[in-house]
Amino acid sequence: MPRYTFRLNGRETSVDSWDPAQPLLYALRGPLGLHGPKFGCGLGQCGACTVIVDRTATRSCTLPVSRAAGRDITTLEGLGTPEQPDAVQAAFIAEQAAQCGYCTNGMVMAAKALLARTPKPTVEQIKQALDGNLCRCGTHTRIVRAVQRAGQV
Amino acid sequence: MQTIELTRRDLLKAGGALVVSFAFGGVPRRAAAQAGAPGGAADRPLDAGEVDGLLAIHADGSVTIYTSKVDVGTGVRIAFAQMAAEELGVPPSRVSVIEGDTATCPDQGGTGGSTGLVRGGTEIRAAAATARRALLQLGANRLNRPAADLTIADGEVRPRAGGAGVGIGTLIGDRRFALKVDRNAPLTPPSQHAAIGKPLLRPDVPAKCTGRHVYVQDFTLPGMLHGRIVRPPSIGATLVSVDEGSLRGIPDVRVVRVKDFLAVVSRDEWAAVRAATALEATWNQRESLPGHEGLDRLSRSAPLDRDQEIVNKGDARGAARGAAKMLSATYFWPFQSHASLGPSCAVADVRADGTATVWSASQGTHGLRGNLAKVFGIPPEKLRVVFLDGSGSYGTNGGDHVAADALLLSKTIGQPVRVQWMRHEEHGWDPKGPQQLLDVRAALDASGRIVSWETEMWVPNAAPGARALLSADAAGIQQEHGTGSGAITQNGDPPYAVDNVRVVAHLIKDTPLQLSNLRAPGKIANVFAVESLADELAVAAGEDAVAFRVKRLSDPRALDAITRTASAFRWDTRMSPNPRAKQGNLLVGRGIAYMRYKQMENYVAMAMEVAVNPSNGQIQVRRVTCAHDCGLVVNPDGLRNQVEGCIVQTLSRALHEEVTFDRSRVTSVDWVSYPILRFPEAPAVEVILIDRPNEPLVGAGEAATAPVAAALANAVFDATGVRLRTVPFTPSRVKAAISA
Repeated sequence: MPRYTFRLNGRETSVDSWDPAQPLLYALRGPLGLHGPKFGCGLGQCGACTVIVDRTATRSCTLPVSRAAGRDITTLEGLGTPEQPDAVQAAFIAEQAAQCGYCTNGMVMAAKALLARTPKPTVEQIKQALDGNLCRCGTHTRIVRAVQRAGQV
Repeated sequence: MQTIELTRRDLLKAGGALVVSFAFGGVPRRAAAQAGAPGGAADRPLDAGEVDGLLAIHADGSVTIYTSKVDVGTGVRIAFAQMAAEELGVPPSRVSVIEGDTATCPDQGGTGGSTGLVRGGTEIRAAAATARRALLQLGANRLNRPAADLTIADGEVRPRAGGAGVGIGTLIGDRRFALKVDRNAPLTPPSQHAAIGKPLLRPDVPAKCTGRHVYVQDFTLPGMLHGRIVRPPSIGATLVSVDEGSLRGIPDVRVVRVKDFLAVVSRDEWAAVRAATALEATWNQRESLPGHEGLDRLSRSAPLDRDQEIVNKGDARGAARGAAKMLSATYFWPFQSHASLGPSCAVADVRADGTATVWSASQGTHGLRGNLAKVFGIPPEKLRVVFLDGSGSYGTNGGDHVAADALLLSKTIGQPVRVQWMRHEEHGWDPKGPQQLLDVRAALDASGRIVSWETEMWVPNAAPGARALLSADAAGIQQEHGTGSGAITQNGDPPYAVDNVRVVAHLIKDTPLQLSNLRAPGKIANVFAVESLADELAVAAGEDAVAFRVKRLSDPRALDAITRTASAFRWDTRMSPNPRAKQGNLLVGRGIAYMRYKQMENYVAMAMEVAVNPSNGQIQVRRVTCAHDCGLVVNPDGLRNQVEGCIVQTLSRALHEEVTFDRSRVTSVDWVSYPILRFPEAPAVEVILIDRPNEPLVGAGEAATAPVAAALANAVFDATGVRLRTVPFTPSRVKAAISA
C-alpha cells in the first residue's frame, strides 16, 4: 500500500492508504487517531473538518491524502490541551463559545489561520473569515467574541 | 456478565480522551460507573423515585448524578451539578454527571420539550435535598448533637456554631441511602444559594475546544467495522438486484443485504464510503410524494383524521359580527430539517450470547432501547443504550435511525459496527419538523378592544406509536408507524385579553415525509401567525406595537419582559410602518413579538431591527434584544448561551430553511440546497435575563425560538410596509412581496 509522509502537529508522520484520493480527514480520524477534525459534509461546505496546511485553513474532507504528502499539517490537538490550551482555544473556553461543539474545530482552526494573517481583526473581518464555517446551534455571537478576545492577547 | 466486563474495558480503552473529556470532579469514576463498575448499576436501584437511583456519594466525598436527561450542547450537565451541589453542600466541581446510560441511569423521560431541568434537575435536586436531611441525621449521630444544630458546607456536616465536622463521604461513602425521594424535602432558600445562580463554566467546553471530547462520532471498539447505508433512490423504493462487481478495486468491503436494506461494511471507513457510492443496485422506484411546491394549498384540501378544538372561549364567530374592524391572514411554515452539523452516528455491538450495546447521541436512550428491543426482538434487559455526546440535534434527528442501522448490521454480521450517516442522508432522511398552515382572524371594536380571535391550523395528526425505523422498514420487520412531532398546536391563541377565542386544529391524515419533534415543535409558526396578526391589529387600532401589547396584558411578568425589552432596545414609540425607513438603498425598521411559552411557561419578548434591500430582497437583521423570564436561573451563562442560540438558529429557519422534495425524494440534501444562516448575517444579540429566584424554574432550551419569526416579520413590515406570511423569507420572496 502506498505510504504518505507529512509533518503532523510538529512530528514527521506516515500513513498508508490504498487510495491516493482518500481524503486526509479519514487518515487523521482513523489510523492517526485524531478526532479534533470532524466529518460534517464531505463536500467542503461546512468547515467542521478544517485543519491548517502550511498556514492555510484547509478542508481535510476534500484534500486527498496524496496531496497532503510533504506538507505541514496542524490539527486542533496540535494547538493545546484542556489543561494548556493555546490562546485561541483559551479564548473560546473563556467565552464559552460552544454549544454542541461539533463545529468548534473548524471555528478554532479558521480563527487561528485568520489571526496569523490579521492579528487584530475587526468584527467584519472575523465574520468574513468564518463565512465558510457553519454553526447549527447559533453560537455565532460568542464565536466572534472569542476570536476578538484571542486577537487582543 | 461478560458483556459488561468487555464493555467497560472497551470504554476505558476508548480513552484517556474519554476521561479527560469529562474532566470534572471524580473523573475516573465517571468512566467506570458509565460501564456498570462499583457504584454503578449493580448496587443501585434504577428508580428515579429513590435517592440512590439518582445520586451516589463516594468515600472521597465526591458525588455522581445519574440521569436519563442528556446534555446535547445545552449545558444541562453543569446545571444538574449546581442543583445537586446546592443541597449537598459540596462545590459543583465535586459532582460528576452520568447521562443516558440505560444500565446505570433511572428513566426520567427523554430530553425534549425543555424538560431537562424542569423534570430532571428538579428531581435530582429533591433527591439531593432528601439526602441532605439524611446526612444531617447521620452527622447528628456521629457528632452527638441535634441535627438542627448542624449544617452542610464544603462537603462536611458541621455545627452551625463552628467546631469539628465530619465529611459526607465518611458518613455515607458508597453506601445506599435506601430512601424514597421526598418531593417536599426542604430546599436551600434562594438567599443562601452558593451554587445555583452562578455562571459556572461548562465542564465539556475545554475538551471540545482542544479536540479531546469524545463524541459518539469518535467512539470506537476493537474489531469494529464501519458501515455505510445505501439508501433507496426514492422513498419506499424496493431493491431488485445488486451488482457486487461494481465494488472491484475497493479492498476489504462486504455487502450486507436484508430484503430492501442495503449496506456495506469495511474495517476501513473510507473503503465503506467509497463502496456505498460505487455500489450499483437496481431499484423499483416509487413516486409517492406530492412535491413541496404548493404544499400550503395541498394542506388545506388534504384528507383529515379529525378536527381538534384547542381553545373555545366565548363565541368568537358571533363576536366578530358587527365588529368595527376585522382582519384575517394566512401563514405558512414549511417542512424543516434538524440539519445537524455532524451526521448522526451510532456504534452497536450485538454479541453471540444475545446481549447488545448501542452507543448513541439519542435524546431519549431509554425510549430508544424500548423501541429497538421491540423491533429487533432483543429482550430489553439484554439491550443497553449508552449516551455519548453528538452533534446538536434539537429534537429527534437521524440519531435513532442510525442506531437501528448499526444494530441491524451488527446483529446480521456478528461484529461491532459503527455507522455514520453521510451528509445527504442527514438532510434527506432525518425525520422532519412538519409543515403548518394557519388562518388567523381577529376583530376590534370601536374602542380598539380585541373582541374576537380565531385560529385555524392545518397540521399532520400525531398517529400513536413509535416512529418507524428506516432500516427495519427496509428489512421488512414489523413495527409501529407513529407520526408524532411534539405538541405542535400550542400557542395558537393570543396571550392578550380577548373574551372570545377559538383555536381549531385540522389534523391531516397523512404526511409525505416522516416527522419528529424539531425544537419548540409548532410553536414558532403559531406565534409567527398570532403575533403577526397582533401587529396588524396594533396598526388597525392606530397604536404603537409595544403600547398595544402592554395595554392588553395584565400579568406583571409579561409586562416586565416587554417593557425591559423595549427599554434596552431603545424602542421608539410610533406607528408602523416606519415613516423614516429609507437609509440610503435600504429600508430600516423594527418589530416586536411577545409570547408566553405553552401559555404557562417562559415569558419572552423580543425586538429586532432589520435593514431590507428592496432591490434584491435581502434582509439583514442588525440587532436583536430579548428579555427572558424562566423563573429561577440556575446558570446564567448557560442560559444566555441557550437564548442566543434559540434566536440565531430560528433566524436561520425563518430566513433560509425549507425542505424541498419532488415526487420521489427529498432534494435539499446538502448545505447549498438547504442553506442556513452564515456568519456575515449574524446580528448583535442582547439578552436580558430576568431572574426570579423565588419562582419555580421552567425549561429554557427552546422558548426563545418562538417569537423570532414574528418579531422578524413585524420588523420587515415596519421597514417596508409589506407583510411576509410564508417562511422562509428568501430574497426572491421578499423582493416579489415588495414589488407586488
